[in-house]
Amino acid sequence: MDITFKNVSYIYQQNTPFAHRAIDNISFHIPSGTFVAIIGHTGSGKSTLLQHLNGLVRPSEGEVKIGDFLLSHEHKPKNLMELRSRVGVVFQYPEHQLFEETVAKDIAFGPENFGVEQAEIEQRIKEIVPAVGLSEALLARSPFELSGGQMRRAAIAGVLAVKPEILVLDEPTAGLDPRGQKEIMDMFYDLHQQQKLTTVLVTHSMEDAVKYADHVIILNKGTKYMEGKPEEVFIQQEALNQVQLDMPEMIQFMQAFQARFGTEIPFMRQTVEDLAVQIQEALKGVDVHE
Amino acid sequence: MREALVEFRNVSFRYGEDQPWVLKQVSFTIYKNEWIAIIGHNGSGKSTIAKLMNGLLFPQEGTILINNVPVNEETIWDIRKEVGMVFQNPDNQFVGTTVQDDVAFGMENRGIPREEMVKRIDETLTAVGMESYRLTEPHRLSGGQKQRVAIASVLAISPELLILDEATAMLDPKGRMEIMQTVSNVRERLQLTLLTITHDLQEVVQAERVIVMNEGEKWKEASPREIFAEKKELQRIGLDVPFIATLAEELKQQGMPITNEPLNHEELLEDLWTLHSKM
Ligand SMILES: Nc1ncnc2c1ncn2[C@@H]1O[C@H](COP(=O)(O)OP(=O)(O)OP(=O)(O)O)[C@@H](O)[C@H]1O
Ligand SMILES: Nc1ncnc2c1ncn2[C@@H]1O[C@H](COP(=O)(O)OP(=O)(O)OP(=O)(O)O)[C@@H](O)[C@H]1O
Ligand SMILES: [Mg+2]
Ligand SMILES: [Mg+2]
Repeated sequence: MDITFKNVSYIYQQNTPFAHRAIDNISFHIPSGTFVAIIGHTGSGKSTLLQHLNGLVRPSEGEVKIGDFLLSHEHKPKNLMELRSRVGVVFQYPEHQLFEETVAKDIAFGPENFGVEQAEIEQRIKEIVPAVGLSEALLARSPFELSGGQMRRAAIAGVLAVKPEILVLDEPTAGLDPRGQKEIMDMFYDLHQQQKLTTVLVTHSMEDAVKYADHVIILNKGTKYMEGKPEEVFIQQEALNQVQLDMPEMIQFMQAFQARFGTEIPFMRQTVEDLAVQIQEALKGVDVHE
Repeated sequence: MREALVEFRNVSFRYGEDQPWVLKQVSFTIYKNEWIAIIGHNGSGKSTIAKLMNGLLFPQEGTILINNVPVNEETIWDIRKEVGMVFQNPDNQFVGTTVQDDVAFGMENRGIPREEMVKRIDETLTAVGMESYRLTEPHRLSGGQKQRVAIASVLAISPELLILDEATAMLDPKGRMEIMQTVSNVRERLQLTLLTITHDLQEVVQAERVIVMNEGEKWKEASPREIFAEKKELQRIGLDVPFIATLAEELKQQGMPITNEPLNHEELLEDLWTLHSKM
């Protein structure tokens, strides 16, 4: 399903003295099958924007289209339940989506709610639990008796169990250990490719945005600040610094290298291994003995 | 001699008699005024260690001393005054109906005079960049704003031991650096001991000493440089090394004799320069 925002604003506590415009006149179009990263400083409106994607909130102004579903201030889709079965959201804090007695029941809750058969649910749990790096021994435990990272994995499993077409991820790797961060992002990426999902990732990791996303949208104080391909957006140091952001560490290092040795190594989303080879090559051409 | 602030002596802990041990014979010492980081895979026991330090949990075996006083039911109220902690999810620790009430709460409990309270609310909220949200209800903040307020609340009580349990995980990289700089300034000014539990490798590099946990056991205790020299071993237990250490490792694989275990850009560039001049 395509995602289209047309002049969308969202105002918290509208018509009160506390009214706060968290999203301000945002427009963009994400074709079905895109992996998009949304980036921005603390409080820039990322989580608010995501909540529009499964109809948790509706725009105060403008309109949002998810496939054939239309959301606006006046218009609430009749089949909201269907929208939610097709758009899965992993929230920023896993505690906000865990509530059942056991981890197993929590993972089963979504698919049960959407009428998936019991045998099928069990099959899905069997596949998903190891894929998110959760030990089977934890299935019988209360989700509130898990470590932070284990809770995160349980929350992700619950969303994947619904098999959504649009996967919405709000900082899904916060709290995961380094191996978990890589494995879970690789898993999302494989799913994205295999099942032809549309994936919307909010992240503070410029590295992940460069590695996985086809398209990047940068927010600043509720407005859209920039959008484009990651390799085009992330080399604009000044523009990024203006809004509290920075280039991925690899690009920072390449620029520092150029400043020191006078040789440019262009950024092409290369691996660290490739970069090491390029550094060695580049050094052969540098004369430091003058 | 450095003075010990926290001592774990053969501490073992499990959440119930029918449950597995999540800490096994753990011993270490944290000294006054140092900055120590604890790292380890998910479920390795880090948050459990933090909760044992301020008596939210008690060990079944072993002893925990804070300022040479054993942590138990009788001593816990005094100890908690000295130990400030920010949890992984700040929602679990907001008590005030507004941001400023929340920052005031911990100070009220410690009997800090009104005038001083007002001053500290100002100072700490400004330090974390949240001064314009004083009257906001905490549940109406964004994820990263909540973390900033939780950190302000704990800085306001200026504890002797400050435990940050993944307290900056939701901040953007610049925000994370700024907050850690703020905490680091406070540490120098007030002589506070800092324990950070984190998966952020950049944050680990800043600590003086690192304790690595693996499956409930202390796996290693050393400086960041020594720890990050063991890339393969760290990866085996679910961890990793910072970008620069990874790049240095790849360069070594290409046959470049980098020996200094660089941890930041300047160090690696310096190594490359020296090597290259000799070529
Ligand atoms: N329930 C709410 N009521 C009122 N204002 C809110 C509410 N939730 C968020 N806000 C405000 O709206 C703005 C955008 O918040 P949002 O949660 O979308 O930010 P974010 O980009 O996700 O930030 P972070 O990276 O810190 O999670 C912030 O200024 C925040 O204070
Ligand atoms: N309330 C509880 N009841 C039972 N077991 C628990 C409880 N809290 C944590 N555990 C278990 O104890 C072990 C250690 O948990 P702890 O929270 O200390 O890990 P951690 O190192 O902080 O992990 P993370 O990086 O994921 O936050 C885990 O296996 C966890 O499942
Ligand atoms: Mg958010
Ligand atoms: Mg933890």
